[in-house]
Amino acid sequence: MNIQIKNGRVIDPAKQTEVQQDVFVAEGKIVALGNAPAGFSAGRVIDASGLIVAPGLVDLSARLREPGFEYRATLESEMQAAMAGGVTSLACPPDTDPALDEPGLVEMLCFRAKNLNCAHVYPVGALTEKLEGRRITEMAELVEAGCVAFSQANTPIADTQVLMRAMQYAATFDFRVWLQPIDPHLSKGGVAHDGVVSSRLGLAGIPVEAETIAIETYLRLARRVGAKLHITRISSADALTSIERARAEGLDVTCDIAAHHLHLCEHDIGYFDPQCRVVPPLRSDRDRAVLRAALADGRINAVCSDHTPVDDDGKQVPFSDAEIGMTGLELLLPLIVKWAQEDKIPLVQALGVITNKAAGIMGITKGGHLGVGARADVCIFDADAERVLTRETLRSQGKNTPFLGLPLPGVVRYTMVEGRVMYEG
Amino acid sequence: MLNPQLNAAGRLKHLITLDGLPKDVLTEILDTAAPFTEVSEREVKKVPLLRGKSVFNIFFENSTRTRTTFEIAAKRLSADVINLNVATSSTNKGETLLDTVDNLCAMGADMFVMRHASSGAPYLLAQHLRATGRDHISVVNAGDGRHAHPTQGLLDMYTIRHFKQDFTRLTVAVVGDVLHSRVARSEIAALTTLGVPEVRVIGPKTLLPGNLEGLGVRVFHDMNEGLRGVDVVMMLRLQNERMQGALLPSSQEYFKFYGLTAEKLELAAKDAIVLHPGPMNRGVEIDSAVADGKHAVILPQVTFGIAVRMAVMSMLAAGN
Amino acid sequence: MILPEVKQLLGILADQMRPHVTPETALVGVHTGGVWLAERLHTLLGISQPLGSIDVAFYRDDYGKRGLHPRPQKSGVPFEVNNRHIILVDDVLYTGRTTRAALNELFDYGRPGRIDLAVLIDRGERQLPIAASFCAHTLSEPLPAGSRLSLQRDDHGNLSLELTHA
Repeated sequence: MNIQIKNGRVIDPAKQTEVQQDVFVAEGKIVALGNAPAGFSAGRVIDASGLIVAPGLVDLSARLREPGFEYRATLESEMQAAMAGGVTSLACPPDTDPALDEPGLVEMLCFRAKNLNCAHVYPVGALTEKLEGRRITEMAELVEAGCVAFSQANTPIADTQVLMRAMQYAATFDFRVWLQPIDPHLSKGGVAHDGVVSSRLGLAGIPVEAETIAIETYLRLARRVGAKLHITRISSADALTSIERARAEGLDVTCDIAAHHLHLCEHDIGYFDPQCRVVPPLRSDRDRAVLRAALADGRINAVCSDHTPVDDDGKQVPFSDAEIGMTGLELLLPLIVKWAQEDKIPLVQALGVITNKAAGIMGITKGGHLGVGARADVCIFDADAERVLTRETLRSQGKNTPFLGLPLPGVVRYTMVEGRVMYEG
Repeated sequence: MLNPQLNAAGRLKHLITLDGLPKDVLTEILDTAAPFTEVSEREVKKVPLLRGKSVFNIFFENSTRTRTTFEIAAKRLSADVINLNVATSSTNKGETLLDTVDNLCAMGADMFVMRHASSGAPYLLAQHLRATGRDHISVVNAGDGRHAHPTQGLLDMYTIRHFKQDFTRLTVAVVGDVLHSRVARSEIAALTTLGVPEVRVIGPKTLLPGNLEGLGVRVFHDMNEGLRGVDVVMMLRLQNERMQGALLPSSQEYFKFYGLTAEKLELAAKDAIVLHPGPMNRGVEIDSAVADGKHAVILPQVTFGIAVRMAVMSMLAAGN
Repeated sequence: MILPEVKQLLGILADQMRPHVTPETALVGVHTGGVWLAERLHTLLGISQPLGSIDVAFYRDDYGKRGLHPRPQKSGVPFEVNNRHIILVDDVLYTGRTTRAALNELFDYGRPGRIDLAVLIDRGERQLPIAASFCAHTLSEPLPAGSRLSLQRDDHGNLSLELTHA
């Protein structure tokens, strides 16, 4: 069906444009902007007056909990969450059960996702078998099965020789390696940032060095073997300093942060709020300020939701025993809009970190922008409206977020995937 | 932060931590404990305050000594005491902490005394009771992870006040493994709230958390320097397992530099008192000559501990 | 209503008690007014046994409803209780509940041979089968509901009765 999106403020961060114009969609693609192409006849007209028409969001990390953790969430529920959150492309990390270390598993996941016909799912393959950090996986086969990158999720490789070889092997084929900076020894037993809050509450600390030492290792190995390295979820100012130094020395490296790190810091743990148990941990307020500034000036390339649905049982335990993670697909847009509003960042710039820049890191060209010929993946939202986040409004099976009960800006009105309207709010 | 321990009228409802507890509440507990010390000297060491109440000691971590003092305190208040060593029972069968608690509530619990290996567990319990409309049940934290051991902190304050009267003229040193110590955190919170002008912390860097200054204490790594002129020395227990990791080289070396000996104690004020939460590791953190010497008030601590726990329990039962 | 002078009442009370006091007799005052009276009587009657005092806060029957009495005092019974003649001293006898609590508390120190009750004023309206052995003054008619009659002590140690209305 041909669709005309009328009267919206069209923001395309890829082209840095923000224009009041119509968007014309046919056969799942964007066919024109501004004036209708010759002979276009709209089967449906969406009135986007007062709304923003943006590319569908690209999320660098969303756990769909399949295979293995279906009791926490299913592909169906989380795809609904993605649609409600305006997320049309997402990468899913390999820490499923079993881990995404075999082509068959990846094919099955892609097949299941395709049948649901919602967001485009891009699996991230395991760098080592079972994520155990001992044997490397069949990376080339995994790419043929659909993987866009390789990672260890939150399970770092302790043996640096294995790490170097895994990076070397990936570099052979120019595959992307996404690494979460965690020193397995320094982070051992830790559950919160090693700072004032952990000292006061008696929570075992994770020092910033658990992050920076891992980053330094990754950066040196990447330079040595020529790997295409992306560092995921940094949390500290020092991590950024290390990355900037490597960049100054000529290394091409990108990095991202999780959206909640833009807004939360160690103090949000309050009195043992298990919803704030995340990896990496919420750091100091100074770290948060540095991350926000670095995102604004482009030193941090992208933001992901790091969506991790956890059931109530996993959080109704003492802080240190709580399962890790926050639900995030439906918070990605609101948290970015909130950041943009608070720090007075133009939306055309702010949205880049969850659209075209994220797409670039993933290596996809057909999504993340609104150019003529691109997939008609569109997120139409009201930037000025606010909505209070509640358990009932969340489509995700995971209700685990400390933002429950808070009003958040950026309300999604329509989500379109390849020219099909999949969500109307 | 909302203080989860006080009810709307500002009365004590749970005892989770001393951190953030107002000075007048701390003082009220100490004042209330005083008459209870006399009860333990009577022929019938029992008063009928908690008659008909059921106190559940739920210990997710074994501690015979602490459990016993709570048991004695509850029994001297005429409560029915039920001891559960959950460390060896249902949680091993996959039952969650809150499942266990729900079951005990159904058996008519009026008060929970809880020991747990994870910081924050008693608070989780208090929150759960509130969320499920069982606000009349009180929670006493008998030690959670590295977080807090409020009754130990209170009995230490009672002991200090008993021997030194005025908190506002004291220099107090807390010595040893502060990093892993819930006792130290409760002591520091109470001492600073009660107006002790100088609280010192002494230990090797591996056993002290970062950001200690944020808690209002002065940090010393040299024990001789840290003990100089102090009125109160509060020793901490050093767990044997600390020797296994890379925290300390040996108990001998620890004793040499951080063990309290008569010689080191010479540096403190002449009438200094020495406290220890027990059980002591003689020859590791404290020398026998000090443990049994005239400065030690370790046995009075135990006696006061029962009175303080009686005071806490009777105030909680009254607050609900 | 005119309240009688405490000094005069104390004299009457001491006169009533004197024939019953032996060298083995001990006095126990009930906090707070009863303790002040017991101190005076201890001197007036030349009692040789040390003076005892009890605070019934831990024995009250309204704990469940009203909670713990704030800042309870230490009780002290510094003599052998078993087989002793004890005179319990209180300022005002009213419902009898405080006396009940005091008797229970005394028995936790041992098994007394005999207990008498000495009060300054009996205001009637008993709720328990309790009577004073010695009483200096009995009110002829009940006080209005909610009123409180109690002993006060000023900075110079002078005792007086005070009637307050809720």
